[in-house]
Amino acid sequence: MKNNNFPERPDHRIIFDAIAPESRVLDLGCGTGELLYHLVRFKQARVQGIEMDKKAFYECVKRGLSVFQGDIETGLVEYPDGAFDDVILNQCLQEVRKVDFVIEESLRIGKRVIVGFPNFAHFHSRLMLGLGGRSPITASLPYLWYDTPNVRFLSIKDFQIFCAEKRLKILSAHFLGKTGPVTFWPNLFALNAVFVLTKGKEGGLR
Amino acid sequence: MALKIIKEERAHSEARVEATQYFTFAYPPHELLLECGEKLGPITLAYETYGRLNAERSNAILVLHALSGDAHAADVNGGDDDPGWWNEMIGPGKGFDTNEYFVICSNIIGGCKGSTGPASLNPKTGRPYALDFPFLTIADMVNAQRHLIDHLGIERLLCVAGGSMGGMQALQWAASYPERVRAAIPIATALKHSPQQIAFNEVVRQSIMADPAWREGNYYDFGQPEKGLAVARMIGHITFMSDQSMEEKFSRRLKNGAFSFNLDADFEVEGYLRYRGANFVKRFDANSYLYITKAMDYFNLSGGKLITTGKPVNTRFLVISFQSDWLYPSYQSQDIVRELKGKQVDITYCELKSTYGHDAFLVEVEEQTELIRHFLGVTLKGYHSWNGQGIKYGGFG
Repeated sequence: MKNNNFPERPDHRIIFDAIAPESRVLDLGCGTGELLYHLVRFKQARVQGIEMDKKAFYECVKRGLSVFQGDIETGLVEYPDGAFDDVILNQCLQEVRKVDFVIEESLRIGKRVIVGFPNFAHFHSRLMLGLGGRSPITASLPYLWYDTPNVRFLSIKDFQIFCAEKRLKILSAHFLGKTGPVTFWPNLFALNAVFVLTKGKEGGLR
Repeated sequence: MALKIIKEERAHSEARVEATQYFTFAYPPHELLLECGEKLGPITLAYETYGRLNAERSNAILVLHALSGDAHAADVNGGDDDPGWWNEMIGPGKGFDTNEYFVICSNIIGGCKGSTGPASLNPKTGRPYALDFPFLTIADMVNAQRHLIDHLGIERLLCVAGGSMGGMQALQWAASYPERVRAAIPIATALKHSPQQIAFNEVVRQSIMADPAWREGNYYDFGQPEKGLAVARMIGHITFMSDQSMEEKFSRRLKNGAFSFNLDADFEVEGYLRYRGANFVKRFDANSYLYITKAMDYFNLSGGKLITTGKPVNTRFLVISFQSDWLYPSYQSQDIVRELKGKQVDITYCELKSTYGHDAFLVEVEEQTELIRHFLGVTLKGYHSWNGQGIKYGGFG
């Protein structure tokens, strides 16, 4: 591990920059804890992770993070309203069955929700499906159809429509390509997206 | 607090006596007030320590034993006949690394391994207390331990840790003295006994009390109710194992290769239980077994009693359960986690794979060592002490 004072992964870097010092952060599907570790170390955040994968869980423990092993859909209801400043849902929404429920709960227990996901409408996917007639495999969606953990396939546009329908306020949106930020036509050229959300004026999903 | 240390000569002292120490307190008229309303004193606690207390007195860990445990948790120096109930976890380089930490273990009050219990002499009568001994709770056990920790000059424990009833004590420490506990490791335990757990304990107690040799608890001049206590322990051992571990350990193997066609122990599992039962009566007081199982049944920190303060709680928790443990199933550990989530407490929780049932907390060393070592390291030093920028835990907000 390099001794940078920011995380190496570009999506982690975006989320890291979006979080204020000393925030209370819950990371759903925190993986090996790279992001949380940097938040604790360099932003004095108070963090809690949830991770299903045993190996990744142990990596978190090695980093000294507070983490529990479990799935995110059942891990939220016990938290009181507003328990966290930020709830992170990075690269796990596509694996969640009850997307509505998880985002609604995240907005209840967190003031903001940071959602990061791979863009299914990247031009590479479109070519593979549209011209090649094959299920897409891209840098951000690297799985074969029969071994993918993903159960939701969404595009940036899908998510923007979802936010509008559910009256979620998008505080900021970030789009990432292979080499850096994407500003032009993200739904076609971005591999990954990160949205910072909060409840709309009408108050959430209901 | 004027407290005296009394090192008593014990009639039943064993080879390791030089390691076990005794602390006596609560002399009349300053007896310990128990939850049942009665007073008890003087009280002696047998305890052992391993490793060294650092100058800041910040590296002390209290390990808490289960139903039949004692103060002899480990044989750190080697050469002991009895290695101790958690020897695999305590020692140089082990999960509770005695090169780093000062580890304390005391026998609970109500026990029979050097601490005051039903078999101890009642100073008022000069005879064993027997059923005149007041009924105890886990909170009383912890209250007594707190006097020992005061006596050792430790303001704040780095950690309290234990499995099964030891886990209950760890939870009770966090509930009773949150400001004195930096971290708690409750393993294979529960916030309260379920009706099933109470039911097993009741069968255990009935088997002791149904033995005519029990004599309403006044058996000390005649010898233990061996039959009843042995059956009680046999029931216990069944609940400590799992279907799979029994299959692996015994299957249907026969002791002598063929059926006896009488009531001898034909199967290896029968032989094992009889052996365990017969051994147990040599080392454990029947009345203690009754009192301690009762204390476990009374224990209940559910419904917001684990953390009562509205203030931020800085105690960190590492909660561990085992997949095949049907006596203290994982859902009970998850109940602990749920209780803590509502209070915004730092929690690490993991259900470990094991086939050993409830016994796993004593047997599954490798993964517990990994979890505990890292958890304790961060608790003691904060994040990344290696470059001198450790972050100490603070409260929310």
